[in-house]
Amino acid sequence: MPHIVTENCQSCRFTDCVSHCPVECFHEDDERLYINPDVCVDCGACIPACPVQAIYDVVDMPEDKDPWIKVNAERSKTLPVIMSKQEPLSTAEARRTELGL
Amino acid sequence: MVKIHIAIVGSGPSGFYAAEALLRSDLNVEVNMIEKLPTPFGLVRSGVAPDHPKLKQSILVYDRILKQDGMNFFGNVTVDEDISVEDLLKTHHGVIMACGAPLDNKLNIAGENLQGSHAATAFVGWYNGHPEYRDEQFDFKQKTAIVIGHGNVAADVCRILSKPVSELKKSDIAEHALEALAESQIREIHVVGRRGPVQAKFSPKELRELADISNITTEVDENDCEIGEQCKVELSDPKNISSGKNLELFRSFPALQTSPERPPHQLRKIKFHFYLTPQKIHGAETVQGMSFLKNQLGGQAFSQTVISTGETEHIPCGLVFRSIGYRGVPFKDIPFNDDQGKIPNKEGRVIKNGKALPGVYVTGWQKRGPSGIIGTNRADSIETVVCLLADMAGVEKTPKSGSNGLTAILKKQQVQIVGLDDWLKIDTSEIARGKKFGKPREKFTRVDEMLDVLSV
Repeated sequence: MPHIVTENCQSCRFTDCVSHCPVECFHEDDERLYINPDVCVDCGACIPACPVQAIYDVVDMPEDKDPWIKVNAERSKTLPVIMSKQEPLSTAEARRTELGL
Repeated sequence: MVKIHIAIVGSGPSGFYAAEALLRSDLNVEVNMIEKLPTPFGLVRSGVAPDHPKLKQSILVYDRILKQDGMNFFGNVTVDEDISVEDLLKTHHGVIMACGAPLDNKLNIAGENLQGSHAATAFVGWYNGHPEYRDEQFDFKQKTAIVIGHGNVAADVCRILSKPVSELKKSDIAEHALEALAESQIREIHVVGRRGPVQAKFSPKELRELADISNITTEVDENDCEIGEQCKVELSDPKNISSGKNLELFRSFPALQTSPERPPHQLRKIKFHFYLTPQKIHGAETVQGMSFLKNQLGGQAFSQTVISTGETEHIPCGLVFRSIGYRGVPFKDIPFNDDQGKIPNKEGRVIKNGKALPGVYVTGWQKRGPSGIIGTNRADSIETVVCLLADMAGVEKTPKSGSNGLTAILKKQQVQIVGLDDWLKIDTSEIARGKKFGKPREKFTRVDEMLDVLSV
């Protein structure tokens, strides 16, 4: 079962997950990142790396986040791979505080 | 642009991610990767369990890096035997040590050297076909095994000991291991840790996998899952999600046993024990059992230590596998912190007498100790390479001979260098051998066999 980026990945783009991914399975748009489920090897290194706890192993994901499975699968097909960590958005710290993390 | 020559010692994940970061930099870099075995990929080849094929797919990334321009593979070359770090520094602008933590921590108790007492690393290397562990012997006629340690290596050991062989035979497990495990009489595996379920280091995924094995039961003493105030503080930290999930899983074990989905007859049981410190392994020549001191936890959250209650517990067994931490190997010319089993460093720059040792760097388990998973090494190696590249200003004044110089030294030593094309031959041959058995590959388990492939 793949790993999924969910709604917490919004207005921050910390992108720490990218440095921790052994297989470059993250894809990006201006708002957030997505995991390509066909490339992800399920190692789980990205989960603790995400400062806003946006990433889940499908097995542990609360059911209300299920729509994100499809979003990740579809969006990752068309968006470019993000190869290295980037500067977070200026709103990133505010986002982390808002989430209480 | 002047070429910068970097040697990487070791070809596991941390070595490959260092190579990747170097080859992606704006500088003109030649990377010479040196590996003791004729085969690359370190613990992804010989550590990751054969029933975790998806994790092994990270090899696809390493394979791409190996074939990149500027990358050279020097397999079958042992540093300190065939070439010194000093000679590597004469021929390169920088050396990155990426040799992991292949040695295991000892229990340091009586009876540890009895027959039947093993390092988990030896078992893992053996079932994964690592040449150094090819001739290990494990007595699977025994009914009961004890695994010491609550981390993912312990989980791997439990899983391979308990899974039906039918579920392993299509994997790349070494044939000699498959044959021996098929005869296994083991019925009980006791997994013992010093602290409680909240402090167990399993990834929840690995723990769940154990509970999901079709023909076993997973047991815990329900009292062990009653946790104290400081453990609750640990669980309330949002960074500590894994511990909460582990505790949930341990608590779910009793109900699993009565679940209607379980087949009525289970071949084996795995029992998790907590709050037990190994005291002695009993036996005359072979292991007969093991005794433990019972503990409770004391101290503040996240630094809780064990306090002996004075009581003891004895578990009869015929096999012991210890998995209580790993250590790096010391190298000549490079400082080593013997207490921590790793190379002293600051962000990957090797530190000697308080100062950075020029040109020498470290990454992976040899740098930070044996923690984290495959992907953790990518971030770690990026950090090391950022430091290395920052130190490279002005190196154009000192040209180095790089791969040419390295090859010349090794030829003089009459070392048979296994290059990329040689490895690809071994790789092709292993895959062909595997086809016969419906396996993704059948590894060569002796260095001679690997080199024989190259002589035809």
